[in-house]
Amino acid sequence: MSVMDRTEESVIRGILEEIPCRENQINLLCDLFGKRNQYTCPALFIFGHSATGKSLVVSTLLKRLELPHAVVNCVECYTQRLMYEQLLNKVAGYQSGPSNNYGSFARCDNTNDFVRLLRSAIAEQCTQEETVYLVFDKAERLREMESNLLPAILRLSELSNCNVCVILISQLVWGKFRTGTGFAEPLILHFPDYSKAELLDIVSRDCPPGYTCEFYSSYANLLMSVFYIACRDLNEIRHLALLNFPKYIEPVIKGEVTTDNAHKLWRNIEPHLKKAMHTVYLREVSSSQWEKYQQEDSEQFGALTCLSTRSKVELPFYSKYLLIAAYLASYNPAKTDRRFFSKNHGKIKKSACPNPKKDMSSQLLGPKAFPLDRLMAIFYSIVDAKVSTTANIFSQISSLVTLSLLCHVGHDDQLDSPRYKCTVSLDFIQSVARTVSFDIIRYLFDFVQ
Amino acid sequence: MPKTPARKRGTRQKAELAAASDATQNKCSPVLSPKTPKLDRSTTRIKQDVTNNFDLLQETIRGKLCNNQLPENVESFKEQKKHLLEILKRCANLGESNSALLIGPRGAGKSMLMKDVLKELHENNMDITKNLLEVHLNGLLQTDDRIALKEITRQLNLDNVVGDKVFGSFAENLAFLLEALKTGSKESKPVLFILDEFDLFAHHRNQTLLYNLFDICQSAQTPIVVIGLTCRLDVVELLEKRVKSRFSHRQIHVFNTLTFDQFMQVAEKKLQLPKDFKDKSFMKQWHENVKMAFQDKTILDVMKKHYEVHKDIHSLQILFMYPLSKVSALRPHLSAADFVEAARLQSLDAKPAMLHGVSVLQLCLIIAMRHLVDITEGEPFNFEMVYNEYLKFLQKKSHSIQSYDKAIVLKAFEQLVAIELVHPADNSTRTQKEYRPMNILLTKSQLVESLNSYQGCPSEIKHWAVHPVLS
Repeated sequence: MSVMDRTEESVIRGILEEIPCRENQINLLCDLFGKRNQYTCPALFIFGHSATGKSLVVSTLLKRLELPHAVVNCVECYTQRLMYEQLLNKVAGYQSGPSNNYGSFARCDNTNDFVRLLRSAIAEQCTQEETVYLVFDKAERLREMESNLLPAILRLSELSNCNVCVILISQLVWGKFRTGTGFAEPLILHFPDYSKAELLDIVSRDCPPGYTCEFYSSYANLLMSVFYIACRDLNEIRHLALLNFPKYIEPVIKGEVTTDNAHKLWRNIEPHLKKAMHTVYLREVSSSQWEKYQQEDSEQFGALTCLSTRSKVELPFYSKYLLIAAYLASYNPAKTDRRFFSKNHGKIKKSACPNPKKDMSSQLLGPKAFPLDRLMAIFYSIVDAKVSTTANIFSQISSLVTLSLLCHVGHDDQLDSPRYKCTVSLDFIQSVARTVSFDIIRYLFDFVQ
Repeated sequence: MPKTPARKRGTRQKAELAAASDATQNKCSPVLSPKTPKLDRSTTRIKQDVTNNFDLLQETIRGKLCNNQLPENVESFKEQKKHLLEILKRCANLGESNSALLIGPRGAGKSMLMKDVLKELHENNMDITKNLLEVHLNGLLQTDDRIALKEITRQLNLDNVVGDKVFGSFAENLAFLLEALKTGSKESKPVLFILDEFDLFAHHRNQTLLYNLFDICQSAQTPIVVIGLTCRLDVVELLEKRVKSRFSHRQIHVFNTLTFDQFMQVAEKKLQLPKDFKDKSFMKQWHENVKMAFQDKTILDVMKKHYEVHKDIHSLQILFMYPLSKVSALRPHLSAADFVEAARLQSLDAKPAMLHGVSVLQLCLIIAMRHLVDITEGEPFNFEMVYNEYLKFLQKKSHSIQSYDKAIVLKAFEQLVAIELVHPADNSTRTQKEYRPMNILLTKSQLVESLNSYQGCPSEIKHWAVHPVLS
């Protein structure tokens, strides 16, 4: 028995070395798991921000300690049947392959069958004595499934009379899961976020060969000074660190600077990192594009900005005007149309009191719906040439809807006075207006006042 | 907040030895002696014994806490138990059908009472249990009548009878099963139906199952007893009129009426070893240990606080899991620090804990949203307004915080939506994400509280959280 313990302890020591900064959580989980044959809490709920090592800790512990377990991702298993069959396959150690025609351990549609089959699967594996762990990753999706599912899972050990421990892993707090008449409450564990020092410690572990750890960690520190305020996600920071490292060491390779001249290296990398924030971090430029850009060392940044200028869409001439008209109709109040678009609008009344709703400009409130008639009126007014009302014009409106540049409001009527909304941003419409040399700012109520 | 130090696994072997000898020599001393004793055969044997004892202790008490084992003697709910026993006995002896509902909040002990009654029947009235058939159904598992019917067939061992028959429809199947039940007279075997989560059965289509069960109850056919367990007080209102009229309206209320002293007694019993534990001296020592622990002021405080929030036994069991899991040969005593930690785990206010992990940019957005909600008195806001508020702060108040692109701020905002600190006010997806109306699910006090514990929060932001920027 003590021999068993010793191997178990060495395994746990190995895990502690492998997963840094999670000692408390690992020890806590080990204590709760106890010995193999001892009962564990019927349900555990683990929550924390993304990339705090929730799934990693749980799955590594279960795998290394060789405890009988089954892990499912609730995003993959979007129906009861998929989830139950996958769990049963894993618990029973059933491999689906060509030999069994990619079947599963058993057909299982509902919770009732699942509980019955789980009992037989556990019996088949002769693991009746040991605790079987069922892990549900991304457990927030369980709320969207059948309403009886979550309560049933939480009292699985009671329902099945087996030594089962259910572990739910989620980003959300437990309060968001409670529904209906309530259910058996799990033991709640929180995985706190990594502090800045811990993040640095973890990031500097994947130092590329050939460089000292201190060098890489000082680089990581520089990187964090740019990104840390906006982003604390470990995965993101690690990815960015690895991606930008070649650029950082470029002067060293060229022989311009030595590795201990941190100041010069910082001067070199800082604008690069700031650029990365606007491009790679937002995924407007893919990582491979970014790498290529770094290798080519090209000054022509224009080639890179292909995705970030997605506000360039080729549209037909009249479509552009239609879109501009729609934007004006969406963001201008109808009563100002006469002032903007009519040739002789008469006297502008200087209203004595300023508009009480002035503090919330329509740029903040978003687009309003407008009828088709108003769109056409504005359209004819802003297009200088004489346009005949053809089927072409109307079909262009509906094609703008399918491009989701416009959106149809209210499904009630397609033909008789349909109402639309314009769903493009100001930047986009400005670039469209520029191509037809139309000064849109002059026609927008918010900017004219 | 007392944090339990990370256990050093490497030195455990040595320390265990020390603890083992320590525990045998000095029963109540909580401190470990620093010197390692000589490794002779007798100490190794004693050490082995002590570890074995602790393993056994963990196994039994964990079984009690996690497996919902029936306590050795149930003292509460005497009235209700008598009532239930009476019903069951009358059914078994006199062939009298009946129906009853056990109503009580979650964790009050409905299932325990039911188990206890059944155990009593099994132990004392062998003649009754010999021909009493039990059918256990649960509203969580049998989610519709078809599944329930299959389960009933299985539990009554009728599947061999049904097996070769092919039923055209649900109704036919039900009719057959009912026929099997109905053909019996008063002399036939009584059947006991226990419907856990009874209120869920009332959500089945047409309540066919309930109707038929109560119908058999009413008409003098096979003697059956239907007992429903539910935590909904208004469960009778859920029943259809025809079902309701067939129900006997016998309600047994199982409410938690423990005073604090009784609660503490239950708690102590939960941690005690069963009487048939092998090592008597170890058992005595452990019981003393538990008694000592419950006289500790800190632990009493924790228990008192727990009692004020939850009175049910289930949450008590969860509370005990953590201190118990820490007990080993290395640390033979229940420590007060572990109880405090366990209470902290259970009552952790999760939202400030989540707020602790957001970035500074996201924190700025949350403060901006809070101000928007305060100004507009709870009206929903959209991203553009939040961004505008954030820009206002940057222009007027901030000197050290750099401004970010709208796209980067939007990404931070969407992460907040993903962890559901911010929730869409409507479920339309037709508007642009910048203009989607949102609500914030965070109170001002939660925000201020978590700002104090937030690491490296610029003082300008703290100031801004309390004093909004006026336009």
